[in-house]
Amino acid sequence: MISFFDNLDWDMVWEATGSTVYMTAIAGVSTFVLGLIIGLLLYATNEELLFKNRAFYSVLSLIVNVFRSIPFIILLILLIPFTTAIVGSFLGPTAALPALIFGAAPFYGRMVELALREVNKGVIEAAESMGATKFQIIYKVLIPEALPAIVSGITVTLVSLVGYTAMAGVVGGGGLGDMAFIEGFQRSQNDVIVIATLLILAIVFVIQIIGDLLIRAIDKR
Amino acid sequence: MIRLQDVGKIYRSKRGAVEAVANVDLTIERGEIFGIIGYSGAGKSTLIRLLNMLEAPTSGSIQIDGVEMTSLKPKELRGVRKNVSMVFQHFNLLWSRTVEENIMFPLELGGFPKARRKERVAELIQLVGLDGREKAYPSQLSGGQKQRVGIARALASNPDVLLCDEATSALDPKTTDSILELLVDINEKLKLTIVLITHEMHVIQKICHRVAVMEAGKIVEQGPVAEVFRHPKQAMTKEFVKQLTSPSENELTFAKLRERYPTGKIVQLTFVGSTAESPILAEVMKDSPVLFNIIGGNVGQSQEGALGTLFIQLIGETAATQAVITKLQASDVEVEVDHR
Repeated sequence: MISFFDNLDWDMVWEATGSTVYMTAIAGVSTFVLGLIIGLLLYATNEELLFKNRAFYSVLSLIVNVFRSIPFIILLILLIPFTTAIVGSFLGPTAALPALIFGAAPFYGRMVELALREVNKGVIEAAESMGATKFQIIYKVLIPEALPAIVSGITVTLVSLVGYTAMAGVVGGGGLGDMAFIEGFQRSQNDVIVIATLLILAIVFVIQIIGDLLIRAIDKR
Repeated sequence: MIRLQDVGKIYRSKRGAVEAVANVDLTIERGEIFGIIGYSGAGKSTLIRLLNMLEAPTSGSIQIDGVEMTSLKPKELRGVRKNVSMVFQHFNLLWSRTVEENIMFPLELGGFPKARRKERVAELIQLVGLDGREKAYPSQLSGGQKQRVGIARALASNPDVLLCDEATSALDPKTTDSILELLVDINEKLKLTIVLITHEMHVIQKICHRVAVMEAGKIVEQGPVAEVFRHPKQAMTKEFVKQLTSPSENELTFAKLRERYPTGKIVQLTFVGSTAESPILAEVMKDSPVLFNIIGGNVGQSQEGALGTLFIQLIGETAATQAVITKLQASDVEVEVDHR
């Protein structure tokens, strides 16, 4: 077993782990913010009580569906010109971010919309009967009441993002996926593949545990 | 206080139009508890939502305190809503907030000084009897306690009008009574006008001053509760009054008694207020040859005192029985003879 890890350059492993965590974290935060906005827009423009606007809803909904339907690996390739234009290169962890965000935010936006729809209509009516404004309904009722579902949604999305970062590695995004593919697969170093897998699993577990703890703390139902 | 004139509400959909409320004229006085009774689908839920404009009427005029509700701008309407609060059948509390925070919710919506909020919440918790439960979440409360939070929340903005949308329909009978007592209590203490809708006649009997009966979007009958209770005119009203006076198992007993005493006459007596509290029956019985067979009855409380019904079978000669009936009627007892 000792000799099995002979190929490992630990500096390389930690750098790759750092890249994966970096991509997941930056893309995660951006996805959370963007997805929340998309979800709120979808919900609010489809709700009589708020800002019902069928045209706006249909267009946004279509865009979301299109981005959700494109397989991530193809999205990566499609976005190369866009990425080169704004990041300056299409290689490296930072260059992977646009594709990660475009892939995850629409997905998360739908989850937020669903979470908001689950909020009891009666509670919204009650707030309305007390003279709440539309914005007060959104930030005092909808978001707090949907929070557990919003948090569990971001947990699921972060786990998918970790998977996406591994795929981004294949097109030169860096990180553990990149390492497993280039150093592991292409150079037939199985130990590199194994260690990359274990580290990705560890990251996913940590995300899931933190998410579960958070939900348990905020869900008072 | 509240005046509705020729109010109508039509819901239009692809499948056609539904007239939920039609030609409603209603005046509700300041400080009264006004009940609206009807079966589900009668339009009472829509009607009560018209009062705070959660639903906009299709036609007619709605005035509260002289303010025409239908011509208010959204901002003005939000202001008026702080004066017309609502309590819901399913409580509609925010589960993410504690009891305190739920009651504070309307105060956060604006217009209430921050420094006085805690103090106001403490007053309300005291008023509705929830001391010690301030930090509990709604999921930790019983149905009755949840409704107390709902009531406290509705009272927080110091409204003049409280709308109760089936406020007791999700509660068991004992809890219902305690919530009704609370409503009477705040009606008296705060001089609050209460409008409630229900499908249960005993709720009306117990706390309302006046009642309107709704059927198919229209108000078919209205008046003081004791009056409507004693002389129900419409079939729908009679049905609701019967809910209270004559449980269905009575019918079985009636059938048996008719068989056993074919000459007997079954009558229903209705007493209101002082007549329910004095020994009228005993006095009539004392000097009459007619035999009284008591079948069943009940006495309930109402805003005008006791409200009772009694079913008896009178066994004796026709003339004598008639004399008893006349005597009872002379003592202000409502007598209805069962002619089957």
